Amino acid sequence: MPQQLNYLKETASQTAGPYVHIGLIPAMAGFDIFEKNFSNVLVTPNTQGERIVLEGKVLDGSGTPLRDVLLEIWQANAAGRYNHPADRSAAALEQDFRGWGRGGSDFDSGLVTFETIKPGGIIDRTGRKCAPHINVWIVARGINIGLNTRLYFSDEEAANAVDPVLNLVEPAVRRKTLIATRSERGGKVVYSFTINLQGPEETVFFDV
Amino acid sequence: MNAQAPFPALQDPRLNRPEPFTPPLGDGGFFQRDRSIHPPAHAPGYKSSVLRSPRQALLSLENSVSEISGPVFGHNDLGPLDNDLIRNYAKDGDPVGERIIVHGRVLDETGRGVPQTLVEFWQANSGGRYRHKKDTYLAPIDPNFGGCGRALTDDTGYYYFRTVKPGPYPWRNYVNSWRPAHIHFSVFGSGFAQRLITQMYFEGDPLIPVCPILTTIPDKDALDRLVAPLDLNASTPFDSLAYRFDIVLRGQRSTFFENRPEGN
Ligand SMILES: [Fe+2]
Repeated sequence: MPQQLNYLKETASQTAGPYVHIGLIPAMAGFDIFEKNFSNVLVTPNTQGERIVLEGKVLDGSGTPLRDVLLEIWQANAAGRYNHPADRSAAALEQDFRGWGRGGSDFDSGLVTFETIKPGGIIDRTGRKCAPHINVWIVARGINIGLNTRLYFSDEEAANAVDPVLNLVEPAVRRKTLIATRSERGGKVVYSFTINLQGPEETVFFDV
Repeated sequence: MNAQAPFPALQDPRLNRPEPFTPPLGDGGFFQRDRSIHPPAHAPGYKSSVLRSPRQALLSLENSVSEISGPVFGHNDLGPLDNDLIRNYAKDGDPVGERIIVHGRVLDETGRGVPQTLVEFWQANSGGRYRHKKDTYLAPIDPNFGGCGRALTDDTGYYYFRTVKPGPYPWRNYVNSWRPAHIHFSVFGSGFAQRLITQMYFEGDPLIPVCPILTTIPDKDALDRLVAPLDLNASTPFDSLAYRFDIVLRGQRSTFFENRPEGN
């Protein structure tokens, strides 16, 4: 018998269940318990960059919005820098912009929103330019292991056309499932998205 | 061990055990996820998964900075009672139920502790009822129990919290489906690709082998690793029993050599 590698095995995932809000967004469950809460607002008055609202729904295989879904987003700042030591780029770091937020869908409409800034493009560690994007993680009752996807921006056509991840998506017609659409509403910039869990428009999900 | 401790800090009795394998600390991509030990997205015995499971193949991504980075949390994000579910919602007394301590380490696949990572947990009360406006189970709400908490692991990846043991509860899947007693866990790790939500179960619970959610896991060993053993050595005499639950996140490759981009 050869030597043993003795790696441990990753803990198995289990669904977040219908009551995920209790632990992660207690105000949505209907009570107040923590002194400090995480939220869907990533910006502070000091945050650099263009203020945007990200707004969307997650639809099941029947086209019905999930009304108990929880999304987390992870993004770079407006200069294209993640607030994490693994990002070794020269772009400017903003200490008070964590770049992470979580939001639950409205119990009636299924709408999920985030208040954030549009991230800058990223130079990855191999020197490739990546189009501005927001990383999304989705959990809910009925989702056995968190789903990873990305949101790109409809007004970044040139950057999107050369983005190394978008270019991996085949057939190319599926790339549009990752693009959030820009509009303006009441003086605010809104990027709208729809995540389809199934069907002909099924969103591209990643095995990261 | 932890500045937020509202009750006596525990010693992890395994801190001196040999580590299985410790390559240099990496910040390359994470080890490829072994999906054969995770539940499949589409698991018909758990009916809610049928309409909520993607059907296309996942697109495999070599990890870039977007995946190996992730949110960083600190003690400033937590309050002093966040890891004490017996006290963090108490109004006029302690919650009803078996007092327990849950403790363990967050490790990666190389066996190294994951330090300063956020662990969040939530659960039903001892009667199996959640403090959630959508939970209508007939068991009563406990006025002194919220049912959620969080902790930051220490330098060795160790975490602990105090609570009451949750009760089983019925749910709509089959007519007579009951969840085994369980605590939900959310863990971050150092990169967003390590993000994990899971559930901890209790040794000896007869509902474990018949649970449609637990049995979505195709691998018997992986299922067993979600079951926390009773840990009498960590119990507090005349106060609380203890259960131990280690959580393993994906390991990370070392960047001995940077990859060059394709085509260069
Ligand atoms: Fe539960």
